[in-house]
Amino acid sequence: MSSIIIIVLGIIMLGAAFITIYLKNLVAAIISAGVISLLASVIYLVLGSPDVAMTEASIGSALTTVIFLFALNKLRKENKND
Amino acid sequence: MIKNVLVVLALLGLLVMFLPIVNNFQERSELSELATDYVNGSIKDLNSPNVVTSVIVTYRGLDTLGEVTVLFLATLAVGFLLKKKALKTEKKEATENLKTTSTFLAALVMVLGIYIFSHGHLTPGGGFQGGVIIASGFLLLILADINLKINHTIIQLVESFSGVFYVIIGAVGLVLTIGFLNSRIIPLGEFGNLFSAGSIPIIYSLIGLKVGAELTNIIDTMEGE
Repeated sequence: MSSIIIIVLGIIMLGAAFITIYLKNLVAAIISAGVISLLASVIYLVLGSPDVAMTEASIGSALTTVIFLFALNKLRKENKND
Repeated sequence: MIKNVLVVLALLGLLVMFLPIVNNFQERSELSELATDYVNGSIKDLNSPNVVTSVIVTYRGLDTLGEVTVLFLATLAVGFLLKKKALKTEKKEATENLKTTSTFLAALVMVLGIYIFSHGHLTPGGGFQGGVIIASGFLLLILADINLKINHTIIQLVESFSGVFYVIIGAVGLVLTIGFLNSRIIPLGEFGNLFSAGSIPIIYSLIGLKVGAELTNIIDTMEGE
């Protein structure tokens, strides 16, 4: 049962990774990269390591996504000023 | 064209490298000698139900100190490279509903973070996770309440004092000749209580405060224009 969940989540993660690479819309690409981390944390939970799952969910999917969005916002503003 | 061929070649190389590992993989039916020692020692010697925490804080304490140092250096670099510029654009004031709700929610989020790092030796989680959750509480405040000013003096004081105390607690173990960062420097207490497992909850609370302060600083620096 758990291996089916892991395989399905792994396929979705691969899809999200390809979306991240090929999407032209940068905000959507950042969100899609966050989805990869979120699904990875679910896989860690299924494999029985809640400590790692918590780290992955909080740092990988929440904080990294937000910092990428802030950086994108900063870059756009600086491009406008030039 | 050549780029694509090189990418495919690199992927094939990775496949060749990883195939022997996948083929030779065998599931273990019992723990290895070192793992058995950690599992037994965590409960008998350190009085901590969460084996992961006792490995991170005590058995591999020096690695954790290095990890905290890496995060500290990253924060320093972000603060140094992204100085806050003085020019401020006029922004719309947040509505009263948004302000009230986000303040209420941020308090709950921070309490959850404090719970996670202070119960690191009993339940899953610990200093790093709790610190990140506290920082995300501050992120909520920064995003909702535009005029919020974070006091950098307090953040720096919390950050540096928790770092110094972490090293001092580690050095006390050296003075008592138990070992650097060993958690048996204070009485172990009763198994499963909040105040048990020696200095593990103290060290994890210090790490949680330090990580929370550093990440709040990074978010604040990144957000400010």
